[in-house]
Amino acid sequence: MASSNDLDIVNVTKRFGSHAAVEDVSFSVAPGEFFSILGPSGCGKTTLMRMIAGFEHPTSGDIRIRDRSMIGVPANRRPVNMVFQSLALFPMMSVGENVAYGMTCRGVGRAEADERAARMLERVGLNGFGHRQVTALSGGQRQRVAIARCLVLEPTLVLLDEPLGALDLKLREHMKIELKQLQGTFNTTFAYITHDQSEALVMSDRIAVMNGGRFEQIGSPRDLYHNPGTPFVASFVGETNRWRGAVSGAADRGLSVRLSSGVLAQGRGDAKTGDALCFVRPEAIALAAEAGALQILPNRFEGRVSAVLFDGANSSLLINAAGFDEPIRAVLPQAGPLAGITVGAPIHVGWTADAMKVFAA
Amino acid sequence: MTSARRLTLFLMMAPAILWLGLLIVLPHVEILILSFSERVAPRVYQFGFGNYLEFFTEPLYWRTFARTAIMSILVTAITLLLAFPIALYIARVARGRVKAMLLLLCLLPFWVSELVRTLGWMMLLRETGLISYLLRATGLATQPVELLYNDGAVILGLVYGGLLFMIVPLANALESLDPSVVEAGYDLGGSRATVLRRIVIPHAMPGIVAGSIIVFMLTVGNFATPVLLGGKNGLWFTEQIYAQFITRFNWPQGAAFGMLLLLLSSAIVWAGLRLTGQGLGTTLRQA
Repeated sequence: MASSNDLDIVNVTKRFGSHAAVEDVSFSVAPGEFFSILGPSGCGKTTLMRMIAGFEHPTSGDIRIRDRSMIGVPANRRPVNMVFQSLALFPMMSVGENVAYGMTCRGVGRAEADERAARMLERVGLNGFGHRQVTALSGGQRQRVAIARCLVLEPTLVLLDEPLGALDLKLREHMKIELKQLQGTFNTTFAYITHDQSEALVMSDRIAVMNGGRFEQIGSPRDLYHNPGTPFVASFVGETNRWRGAVSGAADRGLSVRLSSGVLAQGRGDAKTGDALCFVRPEAIALAAEAGALQILPNRFEGRVSAVLFDGANSSLLINAAGFDEPIRAVLPQAGPLAGITVGAPIHVGWTADAMKVFAA
Repeated sequence: MTSARRLTLFLMMAPAILWLGLLIVLPHVEILILSFSERVAPRVYQFGFGNYLEFFTEPLYWRTFARTAIMSILVTAITLLLAFPIALYIARVARGRVKAMLLLLCLLPFWVSELVRTLGWMMLLRETGLISYLLRATGLATQPVELLYNDGAVILGLVYGGLLFMIVPLANALESLDPSVVEAGYDLGGSRATVLRRIVIPHAMPGIVAGSIIVFMLTVGNFATPVLLGGKNGLWFTEQIYAQFITRFNWPQGAAFGMLLLLLSSAIVWAGLRLTGQGLGTTLRQA
């Protein structure tokens, strides 16, 4: 079976003793794609990546790169290069030597390797940095050296293991965009692992959400955010309100759920009966000072502002509403009429049935 | 600084200053002065370079001197080659209890004195010893084999004595190498040899130099091992110093030899540092 994918993972399982770190995972990455694996720490994503790189060997299953099985191929013979979490630049070498290292390993002559390294450094915006020591570089520059060191080898696939983890927030935001642009210019396939959902959402073409050694869902960032397939995906990807309840019956266009705190709400989902988990995104919650403005919404509640979490465009309110154990979190548009609202003010909240995802608990 | 604090500092430094002054500086000044005094008549001495001239004119002296230097370098090199894989294993492969156990095993021989350790080697190597017996028992030799009193035996004993002092700084240096740096070395296409040559060894360089300096110093200045394992063929320079001081009772000559040995080891250590491009400061931190 010929495949046009750069990477095919086929039913890969990895066990350490009786513990399965990765369990029966399958996916494919198309050429030029930016594919992310998103999951909490300890979900097995690092093990999966190390198997692709060749540092761990799957207990069962197959890893195919451009349709060639990588089982039994050592790490230094795979057309895959990795950007490590710690970056793992060679401190005993200069920037230029770091980039030229891979080429000299492949038998490229010293002069040609140096020249290609210099050209690659120019492309990543480090023109003339070849003779610097890697310890003399800033975080962002080190990052670029680590990527240049991989890209210069023209690998089929670049693996990135949370490379932005060690950077400060501002630089991380900047590097997200830069990474995405680099991937676009070089048109290389990237497989990126992270526990930071924002990194995955911003950069990826497709994301696989991983939990407990298994894939929960694979989809585009939009798809995962708006149509989560499992409760885990709904709560892990993006901010969300989460309530427990029980399906009490069908409503006119969905499900009617009695939340554990007593109130009835309408949502959509596959759960037909029994215990349920309900998720509503903070930005899906409409706010109004008057009850009348929310008349058309099936879910309407009244409450008081318990906290204003000001964070510029990401500002939100915590609202204590009758019938809810925990405050409802709602995005507070800074351009709207409620921008100046203060703690204790009465407020009306509401959301559509589509906005509330109901999963069997 | 208040006078109280100054006094505290002085009291805390005093043992170190006394130690250095009385045991290192004072004897060396004494020896230096002694080495320049020539005996012109019984109990009459005068300043002169005669003791140093004697060293260069008598072939036995400078040949022993050169032989000590060359063999010490050889011993250091062999120790390094043997210790490197051991240190690599202790630092990078062994974990937890096994690692502590292995270091303890390296340390264990040092719980007995050097003399007893060397006598142990003599029991193994002598004509009527264990190895000779085993060679005969397995039919590899027809008559008793004397393995003592040759250069091989001296080198064996010296390497054995130096191994620990090489392993500890090496293991320290190798332990600080980030595992992902080694993995990156493989990931970018490096073979085992490339990773060792371009990543592991450069990283371990301060440890290699530190270990080599320690082993070289211990070897050059060793006395018991060459005497016991080398016998008459030992010809170590320390034996010459011993002979001048104790047997010949020619203290000025012995003092000159002592100064020459000090110069020799300093020169070789300096050359070693220059050759490997290491600073004395980083090296000392590693040791």
